[in-house]
Amino acid sequence: MNAGDTVSKDGDHFLTDLAGLPLVRPRHWGRWGAATVLVLLLALLVRAFALGQIEWAFVWRFLTVRSILTGVANTVVMSLCAMALGIALGVTAAVMRMSPNPVLRSVSAGYVWLFRGMPVILQLLLWFNLALVFPDLGIPGVWSAHTVDVMTPFVAALLGLGVNQGAYTSEVVRAGILSVDVGQHEAAQSIGMSRMKALRRIILPQAMRVVIPPMGNEFIGMIKLTSLASVIQYAEVLHSAENIYYANSRVIELLMVAGIWYLGIVSVLTPLQMLLEKRFSRGTGRRP
Amino acid sequence: MSIPQEARPLVAIRNVSKHFGNFHALKGVSLDVASGEVLCIIGASGSGKTTLLRCVNQLVAIDSGAIWIDGELAGRRVVGGRVHALGETEIARQRLRTGMVFQRFNLFAHMTALENVIEGPVQVLGQRRAAAEKTALALLDRVGLASKSGNYPAQLSGGQQQRVAIARALAMQPQLMLFDEPTSALDPELVGEVLAVMQELARSGMTMIVVTHELGFAREVAHRVVFMDQGGIVESGPAAEVLGAPREERTQAFLSAVIS
Repeated sequence: MNAGDTVSKDGDHFLTDLAGLPLVRPRHWGRWGAATVLVLLLALLVRAFALGQIEWAFVWRFLTVRSILTGVANTVVMSLCAMALGIALGVTAAVMRMSPNPVLRSVSAGYVWLFRGMPVILQLLLWFNLALVFPDLGIPGVWSAHTVDVMTPFVAALLGLGVNQGAYTSEVVRAGILSVDVGQHEAAQSIGMSRMKALRRIILPQAMRVVIPPMGNEFIGMIKLTSLASVIQYAEVLHSAENIYYANSRVIELLMVAGIWYLGIVSVLTPLQMLLEKRFSRGTGRRP
Repeated sequence: MSIPQEARPLVAIRNVSKHFGNFHALKGVSLDVASGEVLCIIGASGSGKTTLLRCVNQLVAIDSGAIWIDGELAGRRVVGGRVHALGETEIARQRLRTGMVFQRFNLFAHMTALENVIEGPVQVLGQRRAAAEKTALALLDRVGLASKSGNYPAQLSGGQQQRVAIARALAMQPQLMLFDEPTSALDPELVGEVLAVMQELARSGMTMIVVTHELGFAREVAHRVVFMDQGGIVESGPAAEVLGAPREERTQAFLSAVIS
């Protein structure tokens, strides 16, 4: 660069003091354009639904009828129970999978293979129809019962969804355990911890940080998966909606009702996940 | 410094061998460490010095040979003329004799400095939390970190983390402290604070086996220096001899490479 360029009207102003000049940020024309197109499309969509063959009055009226609310409650209860069962089984299977004991390792691998390998709806039907295989359940001499009495839609849905979920959760937990530095395990051993204590106190709490985001994903999946339980007569929200439209033929309106509730439940859960993530990210930030 | 004399060595390593796949990491190593002795192990990477240290607290299981700590056979038991391998619980109990300080600190990342130090005493030794905290605060004070007890490892410098790690190991009241290149992962300006803590520990009479590249520390603090190469002990003796006037050619080559 020549000495003369340093004072030219436009350009890099080589070595001049820029402090006094106003800063103009780059304009994001692309963002404005995209936002405009999006808003327009959204308006068209809303208009289409508003003018379409939907009686919105029915939607609002049925949104809070008793059987729908019961269905919503059942959906939430089933999601929580099945997820709890899934996490319990998943953590157990993951720990077994990483055990030095080859028997436990094989059992865990077999469980994951079996329940990941079949469609959930098929598993639900199998549990629900278990009485066809085993008419009676029990421990000989201690307790017994007719399978049909035990295998209610709730129990069948819980087992079907929870046991299937456990197979997926075990892989998520295993990934989390693998993400913890091997040095953490060695340090735990060096202060005399057993393998199980090290897992419980040192490894799993740190694995949680990695596990929670995909688990949130799995939980949201579970909420929607409960809708499959309607095929075995479990009265979750979609089942309730179907029962109503079988009677009044307002199919789309009631599907809208169910859709709104699913979205609502998921929206409430997302901030909960944030809270959990915060809790388990202790010690990873620069400052608390 | 004089080596404290005692009839039975605290650590007796006899003819220990270890393979990792085809790699022969230790080739029949024998070594005694007296109670109260500070022993520094030097050598190039891959010489087997870290493996030997990890065999002592059974983070690595030996292939053959034997190690006795305070007269107790490590990881094995001889019953009726047969050698039985010990189970996990027994090995965990034997590890209580040794404290270990790692190159990469390995502090529990989800626990504060204080929680790191009390974890072993509370969870393994079954001490009451209040008592353990009192001891832990005294230990943190000893390593100069009383004011950092509430900090998480990520909020501490490398040197501070390593000093917490030393306090964590000391909280278990070990008979023997093992240091695996404790300053190798530190920025140069932080090495001194960790070595000072180790020097103070040595002066207090703790038995220490230190794998290190800090020849200055070895010269000043060690009662004895061992030089290892290719899975064996090449030369061993007082620091002044091994570092000042090595007899073996391989020791000379290593030292001239390190110092230049």
